Amino acid sequence: MIRYLLARLLTFVPTFLGVTLISFAFIRVLPGDPIIVMAGERGLTEERYAELVTQFGFDKPLPVQFWTYLTGVLQGDLGVSYVTKRPVWDEFFALFPATLELSLCAILFAIAIGLPAGVIAAVNRGKLFDRALMSTALVGYSMPIFWWALLLIIVFSGNLGWTPVSGRMGLLYFFEPVTGFMLIDSVLSGQSGAFGSAVRHLILPTIVLGTIPLAVIARQTRSAMLEVLSEDYIRTARAKGLSPLRVNGLHALRNAMIPVVTVIGLSVGTLLAGAILTETIFSWPGIGKWMVDSIFRRDYPVVQGGLLLIASMVMVVNLTVDILYGFINPKIRARK
Amino acid sequence: MTFRTLMATAGILALIGAGASAQTLVYCSEGSPEGFDPALYTSGTTFDASSHPVYNRLVEFETGTTNVVPGLAESYEASEDGLEYTFHLRQGVRFHSVDGFTPTRDFNADDVIFSFERQRLADHPMHNASGGTWEYFDGMSMADLIASIEKVDDYTVKFVLNRPEAPFIANLAMDFASILSAEYADAMLAAGTPEMLNQKPVGTGPFRFVAYQKDAVIRYQRNADYWDAGKPKVENLVFAITPDASVRYQKLKAGECHVMPFPNPADIQAMKDDPGINVLEQEGLNVGYLAYNTTMAPFDNARVRKALNMAIDKQVIIDVVFQGSGEIAKNPIPPTMWSYNDAVEDDPYDPEAAKAMLEEEGVSGLNMKVWAMPVQRPYNPNARRMAELIQEDFAKIGVGVEIVTYEWGEYLSRSRELDRDGALLLGWTGDNGDPDNFLAVLLGCGGRGSSNRAQWCYEPFEDLIQMAKVTTDVAERTALYEEAQVVFKDQAPWATIAHSVVFMPVRPEVEGYKVHPLGGHIFTEVGLSQ
Repeated sequence: MIRYLLARLLTFVPTFLGVTLISFAFIRVLPGDPIIVMAGERGLTEERYAELVTQFGFDKPLPVQFWTYLTGVLQGDLGVSYVTKRPVWDEFFALFPATLELSLCAILFAIAIGLPAGVIAAVNRGKLFDRALMSTALVGYSMPIFWWALLLIIVFSGNLGWTPVSGRMGLLYFFEPVTGFMLIDSVLSGQSGAFGSAVRHLILPTIVLGTIPLAVIARQTRSAMLEVLSEDYIRTARAKGLSPLRVNGLHALRNAMIPVVTVIGLSVGTLLAGAILTETIFSWPGIGKWMVDSIFRRDYPVVQGGLLLIASMVMVVNLTVDILYGFINPKIRARK
Repeated sequence: MTFRTLMATAGILALIGAGASAQTLVYCSEGSPEGFDPALYTSGTTFDASSHPVYNRLVEFETGTTNVVPGLAESYEASEDGLEYTFHLRQGVRFHSVDGFTPTRDFNADDVIFSFERQRLADHPMHNASGGTWEYFDGMSMADLIASIEKVDDYTVKFVLNRPEAPFIANLAMDFASILSAEYADAMLAAGTPEMLNQKPVGTGPFRFVAYQKDAVIRYQRNADYWDAGKPKVENLVFAITPDASVRYQKLKAGECHVMPFPNPADIQAMKDDPGINVLEQEGLNVGYLAYNTTMAPFDNARVRKALNMAIDKQVIIDVVFQGSGEIAKNPIPPTMWSYNDAVEDDPYDPEAAKAMLEEEGVSGLNMKVWAMPVQRPYNPNARRMAELIQEDFAKIGVGVEIVTYEWGEYLSRSRELDRDGALLLGWTGDNGDPDNFLAVLLGCGGRGSSNRAQWCYEPFEDLIQMAKVTTDVAERTALYEEAQVVFKDQAPWATIAHSVVFMPVRPEVEGYKVHPLGGHIFTEVGLSQ
């Protein structure tokens, strides 16, 4: 297992370098000059432009710029945002917990509902519940996030007044972030009602962000279960007189989990993409919105650094998924 | 916790926690400020969060107008030749205290000198401290204009200029001219954290900065020592950052904020019908235009430009693109600005005459590009749609239009080029309420290849605006600008399209909010009724 882990970690190096290069190239391939964007409609004189070009180092050849960037990254320096003039690290870690908290809630929500729903649908294949669930899942999967979010806000916040419209915390509560996770910080703050406020603010964004992964997980669980349920050993288990719960829950589900876990792992990418829209609508101060703003402003250091950090996270999640395979299926563990 | 109990708890807590206390004014702002040092940035979002609540200037724009009134300077006098301005500073003005800094002295001349010299002098220790891009200071040519800034005594400062420039005083009321604490800067520089000036602002303004969480919330507290007695009216000011306009509307309805900027034009009617929302409105200090490239044939011919202008049905544009939140523009400056020449007659909408005029000029089978901006601006809420309407209009006089668009940065950069093809849609929002800020910046010879998108340089016009720039007498300047507008209309480097109307939805308990023509959202005089 340790050798396997080391081997996996080694593959990180070329991937990491590749991501560094791609993120560096990506933002430069996009048309649009950060200096011009900064100046906006008013424009700026040629002398001033030349001055800023030197200041930002754009006068140096691209390979030199890349080398400067890469050596910085290897020393843990992702640069300073052109716009806010703050280090990219600081900005990322101030915003990342918000995205992580929301994503975790969304994925837990998706698993908590998607997994049992998929199992029940598979067991009741072809029946009304199965059909209804699969149609709903299709709707959920194709739902435009923007529209879905606004619909929920209008109904639950606007008309019913059950949930707040947007944000992470009621404005009456005010405390400095400690962990950056509102659910934890609100408890640490000791202010009564703060935790409840954090929970209420999480409900709608969690549902919105979790909808697509929920649909995918439900469908994937169902089809994986169906495959397993037609296996001989399931028939044997049934023939032995095991309870349906034991057959479906233990024997079938465990074997169906590999593709499901893969899908959950892959959902991380979807979550980050979904987070961009969800964060914008719910005024959620996370990295999705931060990245989009930075792309529009051509804030090179932020886009490069942000992409690199996000890609690294996705790599770590994939590694975790690989390790989980081993736990779920001992055969994989033994092969290694 | 089951979902049901969760929802039940949520409902109860919503009742307890809804809205904010009466002493707290909540503003649903449209975005995060880039920083808190207004001299480093050019966006209104940043100014709303920095220069308006936290800082003062030597002179200020009176909220709701473009009139310049005393600020940190109680009075000033200009020398006969217009080269020297002496400011007499207000005494007993306190700077704010923030975490890690408590001022030991009151505001004085050193703070004024510091606030300008850091932008002006490349060898000033704070010049490069925050990545030093002083866009507005440079953009308003302050570096060339100011010869020196002298401290006469602790409460008197003299600015010496290289040339007389009438808009100078209005420039000093702009955001970049905010007065920072020299003592705070020294302390931060000594501590090795000069970037704090941009992160934890210290000013003399109506509100003290308390905390900022990026993309979430900014908190301010009333400055109890504020020099303008009786202001501000509320104890706490909170910016709840809410980028989506529909969500801002929902928050306003739900009482989660009191004031919201930039409503969707489509929502305005519903807001007006809602008894729980008051919609304030004012004409914006802006203009949306179609700029021909006057250096390229056939647009180098004023009669061709004029003919094209006559083919545009502006009323349809106002109805369709602005949905009523705009008015037809005939001059390059908005009607709320002094020296606006109301005697100028707009080109009539007359496709037949336009067609005949093109024929007279020997232009037939013309195909041109119309550039449509990819972003929404008050002066042009939907450039693509506007371009399509112009395309239809021009088709009626036999002119083919290809609509082009680029990503915003690319659009700005390509549209500056001298050999740019065709005509482009763009606009401008005033900075200082001075006509020079429109006419010289957008149409003066010096702006070619940059903010003068028509690449237009016409001597009679240029002479007028240059003369107006060095004249201090307002009546004389007014006459010069009025004449310049006549020349402009005759030469038609642009089709002037629209001035927007700014809508500001507020809750009924909000008192004393004024829509500011320069675009800022200012809460110094705003109160909340119980």
